[in-house]
Amino acid sequence: MDELLREYLPILIFLVIATGIAVLMVVASYLVAKQRPDSEKLSAYECGFEAFDDARSRFDVRFYLVAILFIIFDLEVAFLFPWAVAFGDIGVFGFCSMVIFLAVLTVGFIYEWRKGALEWE
Amino acid sequence: MIIQALAFYVFAFVAVAAGVMVIASRNPVHSVLFLILAFFNSAALFVLLGAEFLAMILVVVYVGAVAVLFLFVVMMLDINFAALRQGFLQYLPIGALIGIVLLAELVFVFASWTFSPDVAAVIAAPTPAAAQVSNTHALGRLIYTHYVYLFQAAGLILLVAMVGAIVLTLRHREGVRRQSIARQVARRREDSIEVVKVPSGSGI
Repeated sequence: MDELLREYLPILIFLVIATGIAVLMVVASYLVAKQRPDSEKLSAYECGFEAFDDARSRFDVRFYLVAILFIIFDLEVAFLFPWAVAFGDIGVFGFCSMVIFLAVLTVGFIYEWRKGALEWE
Repeated sequence: MIIQALAFYVFAFVAVAAGVMVIASRNPVHSVLFLILAFFNSAALFVLLGAEFLAMILVVVYVGAVAVLFLFVVMMLDINFAALRQGFLQYLPIGALIGIVLLAELVFVFASWTFSPDVAAVIAAPTPAAAQVSNTHALGRLIYTHYVYLFQAAGLILLVAMVGAIVLTLRHREGVRRQSIARQVARRREDSIEVVKVPSGSGI
């Protein structure tokens, strides 16, 4: 347990240094720089005229489809990692259960391929 | 040891604060970013528990994919979120009710963990020490053999999610000219080129 956490100690040190530098930059620029706030400085500048609407524009729903298919295959791969690590212990039964799992998801993969969900028109 | 306790308190505090900011911030995009911060801190808490694999999966799946999906949903819905907050007080009772139900469920889980007669047996069950078997290895030993039905059910749920996402969102636009490689390859010279003798002075 302590061995494990000792391996993560450099990451913790990195985190502390990164947070420290970020806070230092913000605070230092707040303290050192001249502050002359003006509503015109803070408002959005759109080439001379007033901004028409929000910068947030609607996305196409097809991005969502790509993202959700990505998540599903991401999870599928996530299940492969412990399987590969413990492969020597789980024997033929574990191997077969993973093969069935992959076969079920391959059905979905063939379905989405045939439906053309992987193509972008 | 003191570093471990200190790190736990820092990560737990930031996780809770980020969770509060998820529901408190006005801009929904900021909410999603605070959610990502909460995920990262939860991953750090998992690492402190020794659950390395869960921490990495939390970062890869939740931060890398689910939070991006939330961002897509936030961007896709064309909702005026300021107007949405107008009915905050109106929906407060039902929100409070759902919160109380969730809290009660959590209390029941912890109470049953404390008072259940099986607890002594579960605690006494031999678990290998964390130094001998890594978290990933221990999970791998259990998931694919002991919990095989749940594992296959997870596969089926993923299949349903895949099919459902395609059925709900896939629209083929009409009139889009796609590349058909088979037709391109099968095309012969005779199909596309012909030599026409044009008599001079008249068109084709």
